[in-house]
Amino acid sequence: MNALIGLLLGVGIVFNFLATVALYRFPDVYSRLHGTTKCTTFGTIFTSLSVLLYGFMRYATTGERRFLTLGVHVIIAIFALLVTNATGAHAIARSAYRSGVRPACAVVDRLREDGGNGGVLS
Amino acid sequence: MGKEDCGMSTVLFTWGAALLGIIALCMFGRLVAGPTIPDRIVALDAMNTLAIAIMIVLSVVYDSVVMVDVAIVYAALSFVSTLFLARYIEGGQ
Repeated sequence: MNALIGLLLGVGIVFNFLATVALYRFPDVYSRLHGTTKCTTFGTIFTSLSVLLYGFMRYATTGERRFLTLGVHVIIAIFALLVTNATGAHAIARSAYRSGVRPACAVVDRLREDGGNGGVLS
Repeated sequence: MGKEDCGMSTVLFTWGAALLGIIALCMFGRLVAGPTIPDRIVALDAMNTLAIAIMIVLSVVYDSVVMVDVAIVYAALSFVSTLFLARYIEGGQ
């Protein structure tokens, strides 16, 4: 059981490290947002799952109620994380587009609101 | 489950929290040197998420459920601050 907890924690740390790599190596703000948000959400879910497993394991072995409370609160934290990260990333991408930042090497802009030639950039 | 196994779990979570802290500090470079303002907001959002992860892991190390509650409230506050920053740079043009 300890090995499973360590495996979940290690997977989470590796994904958070990949988020740092994405933050430094991607060319523009949209791809950085893509890699960073996905990897931090996934990695944080995995580290939280290891804490959840630890709490339920200690509750099963010792029977103390505070470990059950730990597990249930970690489930609430995972749901809060799922909602807030996705919505915040969408708000950042939308505001970055509206504040004039364009993707690197883009040839088509389907989000442009003035119509014209189907969004093909000149 | 013997007592030494629980001690091993605590050591494991301590090292996990330390590595997550190092990763969060590595993201500080993009926060300082981002070419545009949305880059800095992306780095800040990622560091906030990592702070939540560190709080949840440290709740095992310090054996207190309160840190998980603090992490939930911190998630809500960082969400509000991200939305406010996004609205700010959108209207600043």
